[in-house]
Amino acid sequence: MSADATLEFRHAIREAIIEEMERDETVVFFGEDVAAEQGGVFAVTPGIQERFGAGRVFDTPISELAITGAAFGAAVTGLRPIIEIMFGDFMGLSMDSLVNQSAKYWYLSNEQRSVPLVVRSAVGGGGRFGAIHSQTHATWFQAIAGLKIVFPSSPAEAKGLLKGAIRDDNPVIFLEHKRLYSVKALAPEAGEVIPLGRARIARGGKDLTIVSVGKGVPDALEAAERLAGENIDAEVIDLRTLRPLDLDAVPVQPDPRGRLHPGCGRHRRGRARARRRGRGQVTD
Amino acid sequence: MTVGATVSTEAPAAYLARYGLMLLIRLFETEMQRLFLKGEVHGTTHLCAGQEAVPVGVCSALEPEDYLAGTYRGHGHALAKGTEPDALLAEMLGRATGVCGGRAGSMNVIDVEHGLVGCFGIVGGSIAAATGAALSAKREGRVAVATFGDGATNHDGNDLWAVRDAAVEAVARARSGEGPTLLECQTYRHHGHSKADPAKYRPPEEVERWLSRDPLNVARERLRQLGVSDDEVAGVEEATKLRIDRAVQSALGAPYPDPMAEHATEFAP
Repeated sequence: MSADATLEFRHAIREAIIEEMERDETVVFFGEDVAAEQGGVFAVTPGIQERFGAGRVFDTPISELAITGAAFGAAVTGLRPIIEIMFGDFMGLSMDSLVNQSAKYWYLSNEQRSVPLVVRSAVGGGGRFGAIHSQTHATWFQAIAGLKIVFPSSPAEAKGLLKGAIRDDNPVIFLEHKRLYSVKALAPEAGEVIPLGRARIARGGKDLTIVSVGKGVPDALEAAERLAGENIDAEVIDLRTLRPLDLDAVPVQPDPRGRLHPGCGRHRRGRARARRRGRGQVTD
Repeated sequence: MTVGATVSTEAPAAYLARYGLMLLIRLFETEMQRLFLKGEVHGTTHLCAGQEAVPVGVCSALEPEDYLAGTYRGHGHALAKGTEPDALLAEMLGRATGVCGGRAGSMNVIDVEHGLVGCFGIVGGSIAAATGAALSAKREGRVAVATFGDGATNHDGNDLWAVRDAAVEAVARARSGEGPTLLECQTYRHHGHSKADPAKYRPPEEVERWLSRDPLNVARERLRQLGVSDDEVAGVEEATKLRIDRAVQSALGAPYPDPMAEHATEFAP
């Protein structure tokens, strides 16, 4: 792929799954309607079952509990499952397998076996799906030791981070913002894998830092552009993962008037921790 | 499937060994009860005394590399699947020499080496996990079993022979790709649900009826009918008692995990 090729967010997800399934035959993929012709309700995964067969890619009954429990059982016995929980709002039904089983297994088993699984879900509002199909479940899981939480901000980030998530040996919750699925942007370098747990600077700037994740990052970049028109030079940091949280990437502002602005009002924990670490004044 | 449809042609010696394993589970639970009352076992514990024929019968139909997902009443499952009694007893006492280094305790034992995917503290949690293990098992020609529930109907769950015959047939079906089987094994807890339950809700005549069908007595009687001598049975019983005594002594003498030396990591590298 040439350096200036563009990639649609949903295709980035699909490419990451296909490339990792080609690379590692222990990767399997299942969920509700993911193998059906359309490839899930957001048309992310069409054609993957045709490519890899029904033994590795298949539709499940409508039971998030069964899907996630099966992913856990498969992960601790040698497979690397990717599952799709259609809407993040349905993760309440997946919580036992994720919180009580998957997240604790590495510790509880005295490190006999890790739990390499990825749970993909569509999240976020703006699609007029109503109150029970619009939530972002990242914070529900942010206090759970043993889970990693990834929230990509662009097609290139989505592809690299999903590949990183699939190769990670821990249970990973992977959030896909509905309003990003149709975004087209610069494709990543071929084969790029982004390891989990490292933030990135999405835009350099010296007057102000905006920290965000997921769709908040393109929103913050847009805000930074507008600020530039007012001669305010804003830095934008993309956290990429909410657990582990890469606080080392949130800059220490030597200027006592320097301001750190969390781009998303939800991340109180990160804000409080940044405050404790004396990483500059925090504004809402 | 009807009980006894598969007539076992195995030598009685195989059943004598299985009887020994049932007795091992019973003595293990007896020790757990005693050690709990002495304050050596913390939290709570769920005993499976009275139900030994189910894990032993089912696991006797499995290969060592097959998978089992058990429940919080899981000591019998672990021992029947091959977990060493010393390592299991030490785990119950929270010792560093336990099968999970003392981290799992009574309800959540995991023994990957012996195919024990885990013992699940949530009722029914084993079922979905076993379907996932079955997804792996399918590639490897293995079988995955989920145990759940505290008693049901149909097969005589106190008769080792009946449980084993049903399990052999179910495992053969699974291994040949003919799909899953639900085995219902009717059995009975001798003790209450947990340490918080004195089980006063059970009519005395019900308890009496089940105690008279103790799976150990049923097995002993059957062994006798098959021509196994009382001396042979006594030999197995003596050896089993010694094995449990050794496990208790070794666990009581084992160190607790050292909190200062614990380098528990949140994530696998």
